[in-house]
Amino acid sequence: MNIKVLGSGCTNCKTLEKRTIEALSALNVTAEIEKVTEYADIATYGIMRTPGLVIDGKVVVQGYVPTVEKLREIIQAPHI
Amino acid sequence: MITCGIVRFDFIAITMKQLSTVNKIGMVVLFLPIWIALYLSLDQLTRFIVHSLLSMPEDEHLTTAVFFFIYEVPKVLLLLTLIVFVVGIIRTYFSPEKTRAALEGKPLFVGNVMASSLGIVTPFCSCSAIPLFLGFVEAGIPLGITFSFLIAAPMINEVAIVLLFGLFGWETALLYVLMGLIIAITSGWVIGTLKLERYVEEWVYKIKSPHVSINEETLTINDRIDRGWDAVKEVVGKVWIYIVLGIAVGAGVHGYVPENFMASIMGKDAWWSVPLSVLIGIPMYSNAAGIIPIVQALLGKGASLGTALAFMMSVIGLSLPEMIILKKVLKIQLIAAFAGIVGIGIMIVGFIFNAIY
Repeated sequence: MNIKVLGSGCTNCKTLEKRTIEALSALNVTAEIEKVTEYADIATYGIMRTPGLVIDGKVVVQGYVPTVEKLREIIQAPHI
Repeated sequence: MITCGIVRFDFIAITMKQLSTVNKIGMVVLFLPIWIALYLSLDQLTRFIVHSLLSMPEDEHLTTAVFFFIYEVPKVLLLLTLIVFVVGIIRTYFSPEKTRAALEGKPLFVGNVMASSLGIVTPFCSCSAIPLFLGFVEAGIPLGITFSFLIAAPMINEVAIVLLFGLFGWETALLYVLMGLIIAITSGWVIGTLKLERYVEEWVYKIKSPHVSINEETLTINDRIDRGWDAVKEVVGKVWIYIVLGIAVGAGVHGYVPENFMASIMGKDAWWSVPLSVLIGIPMYSNAAGIIPIVQALLGKGASLGTALAFMMSVIGLSLPEMIILKKVLKIQLIAAFAGIVGIGIMIVGFIFNAIY
């Protein structure tokens, strides 16, 4: 699983990354986490609100920081 | 049997879901009367604390200051909690994507009016200013219309409106919103008319974002209430300290600064106070929540409404950090034009109000 955290480094982006890592370890899922901080790169995902979360190329979160529980649901079923 | 079991399971799941929805709406319905009761009893409570509990004498400087502080802090925080919660829920019905779609293909003036108005209700934070700017440019929305949005969104925000409503009254809050809208509409229109597109960094126009339709999230009432509550935690958690400090300073001003002390510096006869207020206001962004209570106190000491309004608009609407962020996509000439045009607009508002009142 490939996970990208989109955001220029604001507090929300850091919180999102931290919670994603927590959710992953709670689920025992291994994934590579990348940070996308350049605005030009963020724009290529077509989102207008940060932070964003991309799982295997699909935008699953934009503009808010979900709770760890919500992130667990999202990670388990990112394609629904 | 198996089918029956599944049906029953679904049925239970549905009722559980409905139950939790009812619960959250129920919580809101339960909290609202408590909120109203608290809000209405603030005056009596403060009187009781100041005069009975602390047995402070009436009509003394210290009593005035303490009364102001004990009364205004919970009042403003109560108002802030309610308004941020309601606005947080309203904002779940809006998104930058919907706003962008609404603005696509709109002519200059109409687009400016729509962009400024939508700027008030669309969820926006200055950390998202660049992605939003890129998204608008990508969709071919003219620069002037994009700017109307970028000017209105931070200037007309719920924290400023709550503070103005709580400390100045609804008339000033309404004036602030109307003047903010007029400034956002005209500044964007001027930027659009001046054709400043060449001062946007070249790479911005080269971005080709895939037009993936990001599924609009389907939110339940519960989710919306959760988002409203999240907004309360985020906003109130961030600004409460500035509000407490600002009201503390304001209380000191109320109690101790002599009448007409500010007349020579912020009075209507000192014409230069308007441009000076705008200049001083630009680097003061993060303290917007703390500055309004101080300005309110100064208003009672001879400062004029136009100067005070100009100062607050500059503090809230023109922020140095936002300009630094915008530097990534705009050339310095365009940032200077943006700050200059909005600054002049704020000054005009200041002068007009000083002339009227």
